Amino acid sequence: MRVRKYLKVYSKFLHTSLASELEYKTNIIIDLITAILSLIGSIFLLSIFFQNNNRIGGWEFEQALIIQGIYTILNGITNTWFNPNLTEIVKHIREGTLDFVLLKPIDSQFFISLKKINPSGFLEIILGFCLLLYCIKINQINFNLNILSLFFITIICSIFILYSLWFFISTTTIWFVKTWNATEVLRSFLYIGRFPLNSFSFSLRIFFSVFIPIAFITTIPSEVFLGLSQLWKIFLEILVALLFVSTSRKFWLFALKFYSSASS
Amino acid sequence: MEKNIIYVKNLSKSFDVSSKEPGLKGTIKHFFKRKTTSLKVIKNISFEIKEGEIVGFLGANGAGKTTILKMLCGLIYPTEGSISVSGYLPYRRKENFLKNITLIMGQKQQLLWDLPPIESFYLNASIYDLDKLEAKKRINKLSEMLEIDDDLFKPVRKLSLGQRMKSELLAALIHKPNILFLDEPTLGLDINAQRNLRNFLQKYNKETNATICLTSHYMKDITSLCKRVICVHNGSISYDGKLDLLLKKLSPVKEILIICRSESDAIKLEKSGFMVKNKRKNEITLKVENKSITSSLKAILNNFDIEDLYINEPPIDEIIGKILIKKDCSI
Repeated sequence: MRVRKYLKVYSKFLHTSLASELEYKTNIIIDLITAILSLIGSIFLLSIFFQNNNRIGGWEFEQALIIQGIYTILNGITNTWFNPNLTEIVKHIREGTLDFVLLKPIDSQFFISLKKINPSGFLEIILGFCLLLYCIKINQINFNLNILSLFFITIICSIFILYSLWFFISTTTIWFVKTWNATEVLRSFLYIGRFPLNSFSFSLRIFFSVFIPIAFITTIPSEVFLGLSQLWKIFLEILVALLFVSTSRKFWLFALKFYSSASS
Repeated sequence: MEKNIIYVKNLSKSFDVSSKEPGLKGTIKHFFKRKTTSLKVIKNISFEIKEGEIVGFLGANGAGKTTILKMLCGLIYPTEGSISVSGYLPYRRKENFLKNITLIMGQKQQLLWDLPPIESFYLNASIYDLDKLEAKKRINKLSEMLEIDDDLFKPVRKLSLGQRMKSELLAALIHKPNILFLDEPTLGLDINAQRNLRNFLQKYNKETNATICLTSHYMKDITSLCKRVICVHNGSISYDGKLDLLLKKLSPVKEILIICRSESDAIKLEKSGFMVKNKRKNEITLKVENKSITSSLKAILNNFDIEDLYINEPPIDEIIGKILIKKDCSI
């Protein structure tokens, strides 16, 4: 019953936000062009890095394209769901419209995380998958059902880690009121995820694995895609994702006790 | 006899507030080291509200009216004291409690800006577990009561403030709440839109026996909707009781403008012992205590040759203005 209600509400969210976005045709066209140009630009940048080296951090250009593909999918998901919703949290808290969310008989985290959708991000997701299909061909990967399911598990974990990090930062708005800059910092860290983790120095690798888990977000799914990842890394990724999701959830519920609503 | 639906006992709320000295030096100091003080905005208040009652919360800006409403609907946690609304602790925000209440704020909106209001209504209907048929029935009924049938299909951004507020009301009432919290619902509306909204609320209260807690700076909202008012002054309750009793207490005299047939009658009346406010030719204005108004009128009509007379109530805004600055309005 509860699941059915949430599915029904989500279908309404999809319907209303698509209808809102489609009101502005030009904006969607500009977003679509930006997505295509951004992917071309990223591949060009990657090719410059590989111009004088066949391998960077043990990765060949054709293999590094897999990371680029995964990054593009994640960026698409970010632009489709996270960006329109999670940046709104700051606005909700600053302007006090979170009041309406909290007084609805529905989970507030579900409501503020999924209410909006930006359809132009879908193109990036499609482009990312197309790039991955191309990578299967050029890397001659023997793709089977096991790799495919493991790949999807790690990608879903990546999405949850990224979401939790972003949501965690946005939640701090309840105390600090303005945290737009922090989410921008997170986005720039995600850009780093376009490159193989091994291409960074040891200390940076530790930083990107422990503090900002970029390694878990792009590198591990890419290794799984190539059939190179060890099982413990996959388990670790699942564990990290569970930890991030449960912590961000608890943090949100804790933070709501301090919500003072904007003055009228 | 209606039963109590809202209980508030010894309720207090404190907020941490930071203060900043003026100028660049103050700004830099404020950036590195904030001076915060705990400010008690609601101080030990207690009251009860009956089912079906319409209660107006009166007070100056910053008196604490909205904070009380926000604690009643569960948006903010009280610092001390107990609170029960419809048998629930509001701040726990249980699903059944939330299905029973609604909050409407004149200065904030929940409608989807780029879409017609009807889309927001159906979205809310799905959140409140209403099936499409039931939702349609309720939308039709409420839109008829609010007279907004034609505006349901225009984008919200194209609607006037009055039409938007009516749509906000419909979106907030689609789940048939028993308790309505209204925070300045007529803010910025023109006179006709204000009157329509008040008429709707009266009708809604009569039809559903819903309890309404209302704050407003428009005195007409309070006088035409609320029999009972709670006056809030600096976070404390300065008066809780019937509005007409309060008005009588704060304004114990009425003014009577009397037009005599001749100037000599006016002079005689002036010297007869009544309290005279002013006199001009054959017109004289007297100040008479509320309790002796009937006997005074009888005496005037029997003893003087009167052409016409008018009884003037003092302007309500003036009286309410007195309430806002009074610490204690107890009778």
